[in-house]
Amino acid sequence: MALHKVDYAKENGLPIVLTTVDKLIQWGRSNSLWAVSYGLACCAIEMMATGAGRFDFDRFGTIFRASAKHAEVMIVAGTLTKKHAEFTRRIYDSMPEPKWVISMGSCANTGGMFNTYSTVQGVDRIIPVDIYLPGCAPRPETLQYALMILQKKIRKEIPRRKQKAKRLV
Amino acid sequence: MRKKLIKDTSTKNYYEDRFYVPLESKKIDVNETIFKDDLASLDDMKIIKSYVEYDQMVVFIEKNDNLKALEKLRDYGYEILTEISGVDFIEKKGGIEVFYQLLSIKHKRRARVKCFVKQGEFLQSVTALYKSADWAERELYDMFGVWIEGHSKLKRILMPDDWYGYPLLKSYPLQGDEHAKWYEVDKIFGREYRDEIGEENRDSAKVDSKDTFNFSRLYHEAEYGAKPPKEPYLQEYQEEGGVPLVKKVKRDKFKILKKRR
Repeated sequence: MALHKVDYAKENGLPIVLTTVDKLIQWGRSNSLWAVSYGLACCAIEMMATGAGRFDFDRFGTIFRASAKHAEVMIVAGTLTKKHAEFTRRIYDSMPEPKWVISMGSCANTGGMFNTYSTVQGVDRIIPVDIYLPGCAPRPETLQYALMILQKKIRKEIPRRKQKAKRLV
Repeated sequence: MRKKLIKDTSTKNYYEDRFYVPLESKKIDVNETIFKDDLASLDDMKIIKSYVEYDQMVVFIEKNDNLKALEKLRDYGYEILTEISGVDFIEKKGGIEVFYQLLSIKHKRRARVKCFVKQGEFLQSVTALYKSADWAERELYDMFGVWIEGHSKLKRILMPDDWYGYPLLKSYPLQGDEHAKWYEVDKIFGREYRDEIGEENRDSAKVDSKDTFNFSRLYHEAEYGAKPPKEPYLQEYQEEGGVPLVKKVKRDKFKILKKRR
């Protein structure tokens, strides 16, 4: 076969895939999102259920890390009190760039039913949030959906560039 | 004792109770009940008031007698101190009513010892008698501002150490005072960032139609700063054409399981 007649773009042709470095990096990043296990209240139970066998975060490449320094996603699951806010920020700061945040459940989004003196009215007062996940408590498939949307968001980003400073609130 | 409410309030005058006011609990003289010996164990002490209410003995004593009274009750058989807390009577009487809830395994009964602490007065610590008083007294200090004398380490337990105010007082607003409002901002970013971060949204029903960031546009979602699309669309899990090496998921290609797997 003459060389000029080969259609490289055909999938079932030669074992060649054409892509860009950007896309490769995005694909790699989005499919190995390690989450810092950060359960604060009842939502943490749903987060554990999402990590467990039935919903299985592992097939998305999401593994819960006990250390923030190995993780790139922070799933804030539960009520954030003002006493704890300082530590949340510290954990967020110790995560390496690039990093993303999923705020899970009503309490993390807006303070939820705890419209009181001791609860932070939304974690976005402390850390920039990428995805807000409504529900009280959200079911595991909802968290799974949030993760898939986050993956989609990451695939759109340009990895060559430094992450744009995210807006706080 | 307030008289019982008549259900039809429309015929009543406006200055009488318009809402249901629960009846006061029945209070029995201690000497007619099984608590007779319990009260007798407090022999020579000054007892302001005592009664039995809901099968529990309630004894009012002087503030400075609390150690003595609890020691006598403990020796009588009240081995466990369940709880210490207070009731805010600052507006009515100018102080806080502290109660000690006791439990006797030996006699199978509960008792409550109450004393009145005026504002600015100290209360003697009972940690020498009951170990559980340690944290309970810290909570009393944290929530009511009652200073405990003789406590080994009196500091806040529920609120952060640098918190201002005592949250369980009736005068403390539910949504916090000025200090509580900015607490986390001051702590993490500093005072100068107050304007940048802005006030807390305390109105749970707030809908700002001009807010294109926090207001969800169902079926017209767009990322922050982007123009919302004119045509409604359903958010897909993946881009067109899918993702390499990852299973393709489409909304319209769902599958309903016949039975649980």
